[in-house]
Amino acid sequence: MAKLNLVEAINLALKEEMARDETIILLGEDVGRLGGVFRVTDGLQALYGPNRVIDTPLAEAAIVGTSVGLALGGFKPVPEIQFMGFLPAALDQIICHVSRYRNRSRGRFSLPLVIRMPYGAGIHAPEHHSESTEAILAHLPGLKVVIPSNPYDAKGLLLAALRDPDPVIFLEPKRIYRASRDEVPEGDYLVPLGQAKVVREGTDVTVVAWGAMVREALRAADLVAPEGIAAEVIDLRTISPMDDETIAASIQKTGRGVIVHEACRTGGLAAEIMARLQEKAFLSLAAPLERVTGFDTIVPLLKLEDHYLPDAGRIGRAIRKVVHF
Amino acid sequence: MNLQDFDPLLGRRVEILDPQGQVVKEDLRPAALDDAKLVELYDRMVWLRVADQEAMVLQRAGRMGTYAPTLGQEAANIGSAAVLQMQDWLVPSFREMGAMLLHGVPLELIYQYWMGCEWGSHFPEHVRVLPICAPVGTQTLHGVGLAWAAKLKGEPTVTLIYFGDGATSKGDFHEAMNFAGVFRLPCVFFCQNNQYAISVPRTIQTAAATLAQKAVAYGFPGLVVDGNDLMAVYAATQAAVAHARSGEGPVFIEAQTYRLGPHTTADDPSRYRTPAEVESQEQYDPLRRVRLYLEGRGLLPAPEETARWERYQTEVKETAKKAEAAISLNPDDIFAYHYATMPPYLASQQAYLHRLLAARKEAGHG
Repeated sequence: MAKLNLVEAINLALKEEMARDETIILLGEDVGRLGGVFRVTDGLQALYGPNRVIDTPLAEAAIVGTSVGLALGGFKPVPEIQFMGFLPAALDQIICHVSRYRNRSRGRFSLPLVIRMPYGAGIHAPEHHSESTEAILAHLPGLKVVIPSNPYDAKGLLLAALRDPDPVIFLEPKRIYRASRDEVPEGDYLVPLGQAKVVREGTDVTVVAWGAMVREALRAADLVAPEGIAAEVIDLRTISPMDDETIAASIQKTGRGVIVHEACRTGGLAAEIMARLQEKAFLSLAAPLERVTGFDTIVPLLKLEDHYLPDAGRIGRAIRKVVHF
Repeated sequence: MNLQDFDPLLGRRVEILDPQGQVVKEDLRPAALDDAKLVELYDRMVWLRVADQEAMVLQRAGRMGTYAPTLGQEAANIGSAAVLQMQDWLVPSFREMGAMLLHGVPLELIYQYWMGCEWGSHFPEHVRVLPICAPVGTQTLHGVGLAWAAKLKGEPTVTLIYFGDGATSKGDFHEAMNFAGVFRLPCVFFCQNNQYAISVPRTIQTAAATLAQKAVAYGFPGLVVDGNDLMAVYAATQAAVAHARSGEGPVFIEAQTYRLGPHTTADDPSRYRTPAEVESQEQYDPLRRVRLYLEGRGLLPAPEETARWERYQTEVKETAKKAEAAISLNPDDIFAYHYATMPPYLASQQAYLHRLLAARKEAGHG
């Protein structure tokens, strides 16, 4: 079994599924000849030709908007937005159409497309290349929003997304594109959408994270372990629909919780998770829930970026705070 | 008709039937548009006008929600959609009731949509028409995507994309034009330039002399047509669709028309244009000139003509009743169509609504 990083795992999923399903086409800026600015689509145009891996003009709204039409015309388009910071131009199409077509037409039309994009900070990129605005997407009815945290899940989640009859936004944490290698099997396996995973078991506190923050949460768990704190870490994997049952079950066991995301705090998904835990696990709570998030600021440019991003140290402090409450 | 003859930078406009019902350019009149076809399309225009007027009445009577009338734009609607074949796609904005009807959408459904029921956008499976699209210009990209799908599959399908003059100011429109040009897609951009985007006149949308000339910058033909001239609209659309179908790429048609009614039933045009202006446009009424032409040819005997209007007036009232009767008031519909499989949290919100309705019923609040 090959050891692959996140980029290679996504590439493998696309390569295999495009062979299985001839209606899949990739389109976006630089996805063809260049293989994507992160090389996620490397080699696919050579393999499947310029009619299935299409370099488009530079226009995010059109990349998504024409994908709507391509899907209505019988294809399964996989548009790429080059960076989440450039998503706003395409949000009009996503909010007004992608998320609504099935409902608007009472099921006459569906849009089985998968919109891929790298997201998040931590790679010392220029302005507008570090955003994590996933809460905006999770707020929209009619979409599914998936975020892998490791190569194995990335392939299985992407295959599941490609076989889903509804639109899926697939956010790729670019900070960990090449951070680790997993055993990634060739061939079919699906990681079901909408299911969180307990990636480390523990009894004292629950830490919920997704994307690049899962790695930080696991490091934080290592950090506090010598202090006798056994942290359970949950990788949410799909932020919409959210598997709050798995989180609530863990909180019922540990009684304490820390929610981590690199996005801004206000209106972020930690707030939503805390609200759901109020509803589902209030009587199990032994301490107020904590959240470790980005600040309510614009993501700083590279010189100050590290101050913005939650890391194992900050998460560790929050863990101690709720454990010693 | 040669599209190049009407290069928008030449300042020409396609005109065949003048406001007095005289054919002024017989050589441009398509062979397919013989007198029998003309009677048929005139009949569709009458149907549209009656159905449109009935919708206004229904809205005033509280039986319909906000409605966007097509009054004055019958030639642009009917003359364009009449050219399509069954396998072609029609992508409307929200002032294309006639085009939608002609391409197979039942009037009952269009009424239902404006009455406030999503089932009005659930068109029959074989009808290749997209739902009405409110966000201005956004649908142009969907039309381009459909055309792209047809091209990639090698199907001889053309997509006819409708929008208004206001849409030509939107980014989506320009991106759609650009993609269509770059990939030489089989689509026709049909702009119903009715001179107003709600209150804002065409002159505030662009400094360009015509909208059609925008096509020049995207590398494909554009042309201006008298949008109130059924023959001109038909001829231009026929030439454009043939061009697209033959693999030559897209065409942009600017159909210059005039919105005789309000933007919607919620609009008050007296705040931005004078009655005199509207009256001055009535001489260009698209129905009138076809009627004058056909009368001159002895093709509209008075008794038949009277019967036609009466028949449609009765028919659309019946359709409105059927539309009302078929409206679904099932609250489950709110939840059932967001995903192929309903996620658990939606099922629980649906159950909550049921409990709420049951409790209200029990408490006698209905």
